[in-house]
Amino acid sequence: MTGSPHVHVGNTSVAAVMAKVMAALIPGTIAHAWFFGPGIWVSLLLCGLFALVLEALLLRLRGLPLKPFLGDGSVLLTAWLLALSLPTLAPWWLYLIGTLFAVVVAKHLYGGLGQNLFNPAMVGYAALIIGFPAYMTLWPGPIGAVDHSLTLWEAFDLVFAGQGAVSHDAVTAATALDTWRTQTRLGTPVDDILTRPMFGWIGARGHEIVAAMYLLGGLLLLSARVITWHIPVAFLAGIVLTSGALHLIDPAAHADPLFHLFSGAAMLGAFFIATDPVTAASTPRGKLIYAGLAGFLVVVIRTWGAYPDGVAFAVLLMNACVPFIDDYTHPRVFGHKRASKP
Amino acid sequence: MSRRLFPFHGGVHPEPHKRESNTTPIRAMPLLPRYVVPMRQHIGEPARPTVHVGDHVLRGQIIGEAQGYVSTAVHAPTSGRVVALEPRPAAHPSGLYDLAVVIEADGDDRAVAFQPLDWRNMDASALRNRVRDLGVAGLGGAVFPSYVKLNPGAQRIHTLIVNGAECEPWITCDDRLMRERAGETLRGIAIMRHCLAAERVLIGIEDNKPEAIAAMRAALAALDADDARGVEIVAVPSIYPAGGGKQLTYLLTGLETPSGGRSTDLGIQVFNVGTAYALWRAVELGEPLISRVVTVTGHVAAPGNFEARLGTPLVDLIAAAGGELPGATGQIVGGPMMGFDLMDDAAPVTKAVNCVIVKNATLFPPRAPDLPCIRCDACARACPVVLQPFDLYWYSRAKDFGRAQSYHLFDCIECGCCSYVCPSHIPLVDYFRYAKSEIWQREREKLAADQARQRHEFKTFRLEREKREKAEKFAKAAEKTKAAAGAPVDADAERKQALLKAAMERAQKAKEAVQPKNVDNLPPAVQREIDEIEARRAAARDAAEHPADAGADK
Amino acid sequence: MLSAILVMAGIGLVLGGILGWASIRYRVQDDPLVEKIDAILPQTQCGQCGYPGCKPYAEAISKGEADINLCPPGGEDGVRRLAELLGVEPKPLSDDAGPKPRSVAVIDENLCIGCTLCIQACPVDAIVGAAKQMHVIVADQCTGCELCLPPCPVDCISMQVIKEDVTNWKWRYPVHMMKRVA
Repeated sequence: MTGSPHVHVGNTSVAAVMAKVMAALIPGTIAHAWFFGPGIWVSLLLCGLFALVLEALLLRLRGLPLKPFLGDGSVLLTAWLLALSLPTLAPWWLYLIGTLFAVVVAKHLYGGLGQNLFNPAMVGYAALIIGFPAYMTLWPGPIGAVDHSLTLWEAFDLVFAGQGAVSHDAVTAATALDTWRTQTRLGTPVDDILTRPMFGWIGARGHEIVAAMYLLGGLLLLSARVITWHIPVAFLAGIVLTSGALHLIDPAAHADPLFHLFSGAAMLGAFFIATDPVTAASTPRGKLIYAGLAGFLVVVIRTWGAYPDGVAFAVLLMNACVPFIDDYTHPRVFGHKRASKP
Repeated sequence: MSRRLFPFHGGVHPEPHKRESNTTPIRAMPLLPRYVVPMRQHIGEPARPTVHVGDHVLRGQIIGEAQGYVSTAVHAPTSGRVVALEPRPAAHPSGLYDLAVVIEADGDDRAVAFQPLDWRNMDASALRNRVRDLGVAGLGGAVFPSYVKLNPGAQRIHTLIVNGAECEPWITCDDRLMRERAGETLRGIAIMRHCLAAERVLIGIEDNKPEAIAAMRAALAALDADDARGVEIVAVPSIYPAGGGKQLTYLLTGLETPSGGRSTDLGIQVFNVGTAYALWRAVELGEPLISRVVTVTGHVAAPGNFEARLGTPLVDLIAAAGGELPGATGQIVGGPMMGFDLMDDAAPVTKAVNCVIVKNATLFPPRAPDLPCIRCDACARACPVVLQPFDLYWYSRAKDFGRAQSYHLFDCIECGCCSYVCPSHIPLVDYFRYAKSEIWQREREKLAADQARQRHEFKTFRLEREKREKAEKFAKAAEKTKAAAGAPVDADAERKQALLKAAMERAQKAKEAVQPKNVDNLPPAVQREIDEIEARRAAARDAAEHPADAGADK
Repeated sequence: MLSAILVMAGIGLVLGGILGWASIRYRVQDDPLVEKIDAILPQTQCGQCGYPGCKPYAEAISKGEADINLCPPGGEDGVRRLAELLGVEPKPLSDDAGPKPRSVAVIDENLCIGCTLCIQACPVDAIVGAAKQMHVIVADQCTGCELCLPPCPVDCISMQVIKEDVTNWKWRYPVHMMKRVA
């Protein structure tokens, strides 16, 4: 027996939500392919394939129906986000391990869709960067910064055979975030660092355009009401305020906020990763706290941490705080004097 | 004319579907051969039947009187004979039967003499008692007895809000009522305002009913200056659930009804427009509440609004609207957001029934299977009470009722906005209703257990006290009889024993005299079984009759 | 090595002493466990557990004399809650007749001889009447314990299941569509 309501808004479903998010990722992904070569198509394909197979396997093992869960698109989105955050020219098994951690460990071992505490894509990323740091530097350089622009077949070769007509060295390059960190620690003058080929107009060359496309996609999500403004705004504000303060204190050691926003995964994180509803805070105030602190952690990890980017660890750390944050930020219920912690 | 409004949190915009039924005038129903009038048509205690099977009743005659404070009377919808007084299918989500008076119409439709009331010069309490006996209850859906709400009590009511929002999709009974009977409705409002001594009256109507707003404004202009003073008709934005009492109050005044409280705590009383019209009929014409306007819409041949007598079987009401079209998949009583599936279309129109929607598979597709909650907070954004439905769902589903309650489960108004927007198609409101009724049940059980414990403890205490007192008495008596020698014969006890035995024999005879039913022509196996049982019973009686127990000499 | 052992032993002694003192100093006078157990028991006072009422059974449980699965009116749910409270594994009811529907006793007015035996048996004083007068059971107070059935010499008391009506009807647990598919 089911009671009221007898109608449903109709145009929404988990699959529709996921599809909208994936659609919003398209501009950024195309820009990624444009600037960093076709390797992204290979890694996307691999992650997507592995994810679907692992999801199907796990659903079967757990005795759950395949169709509604494979059809909801959530695992594809996870794979997509993972592929976008991984270097694109790593060996194929790296994508398998990353997807394994994302889908099996982070998602299904926690109970599947809606039950996971940590963002699956970020768990996959974190597992790889801890386990295989060397392979995680195999980022292709942006066009203009490396001598050789890769073809799709060369990318396949690199991923599956490890080498081919071109070697990794010819097409990969240190990222701007990495360069900034190592060079400032070596005491290289800022002006000198910024002239290096991996730096662009305001952020990292290539990455800044990709980030702008993520921003565009994020704005589309906002206008489609798939996400609310709280998390992206607080996340970016956390980055800007923290990096701005550091930059004011010591411009020679700390990059300006624009560089932070338009390099690495800041925009991807703000609109697509921190906003994952399952693992993000859900109350309006909670979202602000959660994302603001995540933004703060991004800059802290980028500045003092050992890892190339801070988005994954910042988001994962804040994921762990979500139940606590949510519990203390319940909004005031209509007719109650004040918000009360239950 | 623009008043500042205070939009409430959340809300949704379901397809209105008002055009289907609001373009034709209210139609009268033909007299039916039979009416089924439930005694429980309002919140509170059901009415107590005052007629018996075989009685002849007139239209408007009381057939059930109010019992208790929160209760109101029920009247015969037409003249005829009472043919049954028994549980009948009720318009209730459970589909259970409830006590009803079944009246077979004699076709004359003769009425009792109606006495208009001189309400302006009447004692307030007497007027309220008359309203109770005239059976007026809130027609917006909550069916709270109106006479109770017309008593301002210790609270000073400064504002009377009249709810003409009608925010539920499909329903247009208030819309048509305001268009066609605006003057009467406004005069009913004047009576309410007189009872409550409220200085201002805000009539909230959703702006998707421009004709109703225009009709009401025209009628207001034509009203006596005295009655029209301080009355304002406010067009409110069309957003569901603007017609919720607390939501409309907030929308119009910016005041939040306290959790667990009533709007009267704020000096505000809320009535539905339909109730105002019913009150006008009751007070100015002296006619009890025996009919109401009901929308019949959806998958029927001729949707529209009907003036239906209370007790009209819904199947007849649907037939009056041209009947169900082929492909009908059931009926909803009430609106699609808060109404319930009708289990049996023999259930009658009551004071609470404002709409019947006949479903089909395209208008009301079956619910999609639910997926796990992804905490997308769409429900929280839609909740007009600012709850976090995904949390409530989590705890209700896990049957963690304590936590659900501490997350303010009981502030939920079951408006359905959360389920409406849920991308996972989770029937959230079903979980909340389940959790609420479990909590109520547990509270009832707890209360009963507490009472039982107290009563048991008292009984134990009493028995001990009696024993002690008896022992003391016996000791005293023993002292006295020490002097006077000789053993007294306990003739009294013997006499009691004999009386008990005689009584038991009488009872035995009485029992034998009671002829068991349905025992003719039984197959031998069953007969044998019965004989065995009888034998066992006889043995048990024997044992009971000749016990050496102390029970008899007490 | 020796000093380490001595230090550890010393810490152990001091902490042990503090704990011992605290357990005496802050001892809870009245044993609230009995109250907590009693609060879970359904208070039917039926004695099916072998004790003369719910409170004595609660006391027996708290002393470890009685098992937690002796209360049929409390049902599986009651056993589960007792197990939770006491931190033990729930076990099936000893009398596996299954939960009985909630019932009340009703006296057949034609047969009652007014012997008062049932009045004495009723643990919650839910039967009113006097000697040689017809007795009646106050349905609201009846716990359905059935203790009045055996003493009645004329078998005039029967148990009637409380039927569901619109006042005590409950919303059911929503059907989980996903499970059905699986």
